[in-house]
Formats: sequence, C-alpha cells, structure tokens
Amino acid sequence: MKKIEAIIQPFKLEDVKEALKAIGIDGMTVTEVRGHGRQKGHLEVYRGREYQVDLIPKVKLEIIIASDRSEEVVQAIMKAARTGKIGDGKIFIYDIGEVIRIRNDDRGGAAL
Amino acid sequence: MSPCIRLAVAASLAAAPLAAQSNPALEAEIVKLKAAVAASQSAGDNAWMLTSAALVLMMTGPGLALFYCGLVRKKNVLGTMMQSFVMMAVMTLLWAAIGYSLVFAPGTPFLGGFDFVMLANVGATPNTDYAPTVPHLTFMVYQMMFAVISPALITGAFAERIKFSALLVYSILWSFLVYFPVAHMVWGKGGFLNAFLGGSVPVLDFAGGTVVHITTGISALVCALVIGPRRGYPHEPMKPHSLVLSFIGACLLWVGWFGFNAGSALAASAIASSAFVATHLAAAAAAGAWMVAEQWHNGRPSALGAISGAVAGLATVTQGAGFVMPFSGALFGLAGGFVCFYMVVVLKQKLGYDDTLDAFGVHGVGGIIGATLTGVLASSAANEAVKLADGRMAQIGHQLIGAAVGVAFAVIGSWIALKITSALTGGLRLDPREETQGMDLVIHGEEGYNLDS
Repeated sequence: MKKIEAIIQPFKLEDVKEALKAIGIDGMTVTEVRGHGRQKGHLEVYRGREYQVDLIPKVKLEIIIASDRSEEVVQAIMKAARTGKIGDGKIFIYDIGEVIRIRNDDRGGAAL
Repeated sequence: MSPCIRLAVAASLAAAPLAAQSNPALEAEIVKLKAAVAASQSAGDNAWMLTSAALVLMMTGPGLALFYCGLVRKKNVLGTMMQSFVMMAVMTLLWAAIGYSLVFAPGTPFLGGFDFVMLANVGATPNTDYAPTVPHLTFMVYQMMFAVISPALITGAFAERIKFSALLVYSILWSFLVYFPVAHMVWGKGGFLNAFLGGSVPVLDFAGGTVVHITTGISALVCALVIGPRRGYPHEPMKPHSLVLSFIGACLLWVGWFGFNAGSALAASAIASSAFVATHLAAAAAAGAWMVAEQWHNGRPSALGAISGAVAGLATVTQGAGFVMPFSGALFGLAGGFVCFYMVVVLKQKLGYDDTLDAFGVHGVGGIIGATLTGVLASSAANEAVKLADGRMAQIGHQLIGAAVGVAFAVIGSWIALKITSALTGGLRLDPREETQGMDLVIHGEEGYNLDS
C-alpha cells in the first residue's frame, strides 16, 4: 500500500477531488497548510509598510491506496492540479506498513 | 381657508399689538402662541442635538475602538478597544464634574470658571450664549462626547505598549492641560480665539478641527516620540490582525461624523444640512484621493488605504464644515486625502517614529490642513455668521495663529502630562516581557478570541 501526499494550490482542490472521484477514489484527508518552496511567498503592503509573506496557504491531500493504483492516482492529481506556473505544489509517495480499521479490526486492503 | 377668513385672521394679527392693551384674553393668547412656537423649535432642535450627541458617542465606541483594534496584533485587541472605551467612563465623569465648567463657564480668555462645576446651573433653561433653543443639559452632554473622543484618538500613537494606569493618568492630565484650555479659547465665551463671543483672534472652528484634531494629532506625535517605538519596530512584522474590524469601525466613524459636524450647528437648521453635505463630500473625496495615490505609489488601491483616506477627509473638513459652501467639502477631502497619504505612507517610514495607528498623520496633519483651508474657503454665503471683517488674508492668518496655539498647547501640555504620568505610575510602558505577551492577558487577564472554547 502507498500513501500519496499532495500539496496543491487551494483553488485546485475542487478539481482534484472531482478527478479522484472520477477514477473511483472515495477516501481522502484534506488539511489547510502553509508553506513555501521555490514560489517564495508574496508582498503585502499596509499603509506603506511592506511585509514579505513567505508562508503561503496551500492544501494537503492524503490518500492511502493499493500499490498498483498509485500511478493512476498520481496522474489524476497532476492533471487536475497543474497550471504550469510556480506554486503548483508537490506529490510525495510513502510505503504504508499496515492499515487498521478501528471499528472492526479489519487489516490491510480490507481496511481501505 | 377661504379668502375672507384669511383676511380676518390677518387683520386680527395686525391689530394684535394695539388690541393687546385692551384685550387681556388676546394678549394671553399671543403669549401662549409664542411659547408654542418656541417649544416646537426647541423640540426639533433638541431631537437633532440629542441624536447628534449619541452619534458622536458612537464614534468612540464602537467606531474608533473597532477602527483601532483591527489595526493591532490580536494579542492587543481588547487592550486597544478598552483604551477607547475607558474614556467613555472616565471622561464623562470628569466633564460633568469640572471639564464643562472649565470650558464653557465664564472665566478668563484662557480657561473658563467654576459656575458649572458638578453641573450646577446646568438644567432645562437654555444657555443663550451657545445654544439658545435647546436645554443647557443637551448642549453640555453634546460637548461631553467631544471630550470623550479626543483622548481616545491619541491612543493610536502608543497602541500596544502603554500601561493602563499611565493611559488613565495621562488622559486626565491631558484634558486639564490641553483640551480644556484650547476648547475654552476657541469656543468659550470670551475665549482668546473665539470668533463670535468676544475673542481677540477670531478663529473659525466649526466642529473642532483645532480643538480636537490638532490637539490630539500633535499630542499623538509627542507621545510616539516620548514613549518610543514598539519592541521590534520596524524590523518585526506587525500586520493588522483584522482589517474587517477596522473597516466596520471606519464606516461607523463616517456615520458618527454627521453628528460631530452637522450637530455642531447646534440646531436642526440649514447650516446643519450644509455641514452634513460638506462632511460627506470630504470623506468621499479623500477616500478617492488616497486610493488614487496608492494606485500610483504601490500599484494597488488597498482597503485600509480607502478607509484611512475617508477618516483623513473627515478630520480635515471638521474645522470648516458649516462655514464653507457644501461643495468646498470635496476640496478639503482632496487636500486631506493626498497630504495625509504622503505623511502616513511616505514620510513616516523615512522619519522612523512609531505613531502606531497614525493618529498624528491623519488627525494632526488633517487638522492643520483643515484649519488653513477654512480661512481660504469660509464664506458668508454659506453661513451668515462668517464675517471676514479684516479680509481673507487676515483670516487665514487668524486660522494659522489658532492652529499654532493648538500645536503649542499640545506639545507643551502633552510633554508635561507624560513626565508627571511617568513619575506617578513608575514608567509609561509595559515591561518587555509584558509587551511581548500582549496587553489583553497582561492588563485585563482576558483574550479577545477564545476560538478553542
């Protein structure tokens, strides 16, 4: 099993959710996060005082999926979240040791 | 009414003075009618003046409290609101106890007397020197609201770092050393700068451009310089925590200002309408001017800029509101908007003092521009009380003298008040640990936002 963690532009969240639904992914965790990579934030000005804001709002999606579907999910996210500009975000893929459903102790693929 | 009856009524009215001697019933009727006319005028004026008094109180809380609290960091939101709110308690009592008397009771050219201490001799009978158609109490409570908002305006200069005790002592001393004398000189009967009631230098100040905005704005600068900048200023980011609150506050100030300026006609009169329109045009023009300046300077018209501009325009037009033709209000606004923008956005950054919420840049600078422009634009066509007996250039000179007196009292009075306060309260500032933790927790033991509760 894999965990796919995608950091995307907040305004792309709806598109990505639609794309994942279209390929039958129905579970995910979404978090509002702040951070920056090469985009390096933006400038805010209040009464002439300038503030360089380097942590900018992003959305983080986490999806756990059977290993053989991981590439399909990655492609769906990339297609939906890409604008081609700096700040589109990143995708990280982790190996998952075990998944356990708390309600009935299902393990592994059955718990997804 | 038929023509025949109308004639008869006219005839009886024309004959009234003659008939009065011989007809006690008619005489009594005329006295009754005169009293009824006076009562109905008083009712109209009193309704407007009480409404205006309430509007001016609304400017302090919630208007100014919201405007200021949104501009500070969230750890200081309650502390900043309390700096305005506490004036509604303290200044109210101070004004009723002694302040009103020292400003409006007969006295010397520089300070009033003690006839009205503890509201003695202040009741239902109008004070014919100032507002002959409303109860004396109405005039007193209307002027009270000006004494309340004035020290609250200054709090913008030392936001986020002054002790609560120091704030209270300073504000009370400031009222005695700056506000009461200057208000008496400009508005009190026989005051040195009074234009209508026997002053030496006739300064036209309709609603307090000199009395309120110059004194508070200049005092704010003195406070900012004496107290010093916030810890970390200007290196650490100190963004406004909620421009939404500031936005609501600024809009309440705009509305409240109709009470401040149009109410200063002291009657529900045509002058009140004229001042109302001039005030509104000034706020609109200044908001526009600030946005244009920002578009040119930063490439974007900010929301904070637009509301700051409106407040600057309102402060600028205050001195002239009821003395100028209504459209002149727009000129006050344009001048106030552009010049205050330059002070707040450009010059302050270069000079490096921390007038945290720009009380000086907006009220002090706007007040001085307004005082000058009032000399330029005052017109007897707008208000027949305006008589430029010595000519227009001389009036501009009088306005500048008035402004200079306001500045001098503010500088010297504030400095003395700060020194005495510092000695009494063991320093003006929160200590560094307290300042870092924030006024809300340190001073009040509360937080403005308990979002996890």
